[in-house]
Amino acid sequence: MIVAEQKPLEEIKGVLGDAENVLVAGCGTCVTVCLAGGEKEAQLMASALRIASRVDGTPIEATDVTVQRQCEWEYLEMIEAEVEKADLIVSLACGIGVQTFARHFPDKWVVPGLNTTFLGQPEEQGIWTEQCQACGNCMLAMTGGICPVARCSKQVQNGPCGGSEHGLCEVKRIRRVDGVPVMVKGRGGRMMPATEDVECAWHLIHDRLKEHNRLDLITGVQEPKDWTTSRDGGPRRIVREDLILMDEE
Amino acid sequence: MQRTGECFEPQLTAFTCSYCAYMSGDTAGAMRIQYPATTKVIKLPCTGKTDARYIMSAFEDGADGVYIIACPIGNCHHVRGNERARARVVHTKKLLDQVGLGGERLDIFFLSAGMGESFAQAAKEMNDRIMRLGPSPLRMGGKEVGAGEAGEQKNGGDETGEQSVEATQ
Repeated sequence: MIVAEQKPLEEIKGVLGDAENVLVAGCGTCVTVCLAGGEKEAQLMASALRIASRVDGTPIEATDVTVQRQCEWEYLEMIEAEVEKADLIVSLACGIGVQTFARHFPDKWVVPGLNTTFLGQPEEQGIWTEQCQACGNCMLAMTGGICPVARCSKQVQNGPCGGSEHGLCEVKRIRRVDGVPVMVKGRGGRMMPATEDVECAWHLIHDRLKEHNRLDLITGVQEPKDWTTSRDGGPRRIVREDLILMDEE
Repeated sequence: MQRTGECFEPQLTAFTCSYCAYMSGDTAGAMRIQYPATTKVIKLPCTGKTDARYIMSAFEDGADGVYIIACPIGNCHHVRGNERARARVVHTKKLLDQVGLGGERLDIFFLSAGMGESFAQAAKEMNDRIMRLGPSPLRMGGKEVGAGEAGEQKNGGDETGEQSVEATQ
């Protein structure tokens, strides 16, 4: 699923401008599951904006509405009445939902309330990890279901590299809590972001293939990956002629 | 209108679970222990039901302070509901800081059923804290009372003006 996290309230307040009627729009699919932009979060965001504006002395009307999916026209059509009353919409959907919203309601100003972060899975309660980068050319059959594109820090195709030690990558991840880097005192007393270990994807791939007696899959040298199916060719598009309805003659 | 110190009567909302925490209020009443009459008690099935929306809603509706009373850690009827409440209180405190109300207006206490004295103490602590902080910035005006009248006392238990959370939804 698409994983996202909320932007700081201060940032959202900063883009409201002179809007007096704000609609906070939640999305009932991916961002509900990752607890960033569902019905609950939309209600809470609307409440927070109301309170913050009253404290600031410039009260606004902030209401909320949630649709099943903001990335599809059909669901947005269902909230046209609510959108009509609003000066500005804070969309708590992923970037796809925000753009669909803006296209469907071209005369309305839509701002994002979330940072769309990655395609991932809930690792445990409150923790999500990246699993896929939508490269358009899946190689999981060769790597035992562990993706080196998303989970290897260097996207190495013939791993592991020399930076793998005891199953861990030499690249460390900046530790973030609620989207904010955790700062610790470094050498010389300077504050710097705390880091945490990252598993070596190729170490995991090796162990899994060994367990299934399929190490033969990675003994050969992989040709350079064809990235034309990824972002290299610009925004991508899928056309399914079997699904397109032809114009009536 | 902003008023501070002894010139206003704080409005407190206490969310309790229906097990240890609510029972501690009953115990306070049975023991005739006095605590500030500024507290409105709302009973939750478990403090695991604590939701930031309820807390924010209480502030929007005029509360100057909100506190949660949960079972002692390790003793929740639903195993870890009080731990969930604790995590949500920490999160909501940050949100209250961001919206300008201040996280100090929210707290959580862990009490067992027999701790009537501690129930009253929690109410007094929150009452004193809110008296020090002054009215919520959202309140345009509270009920004016003299310094001597502020924090009128009442008994616990059935006189707490409790509501069930269902009744508020």
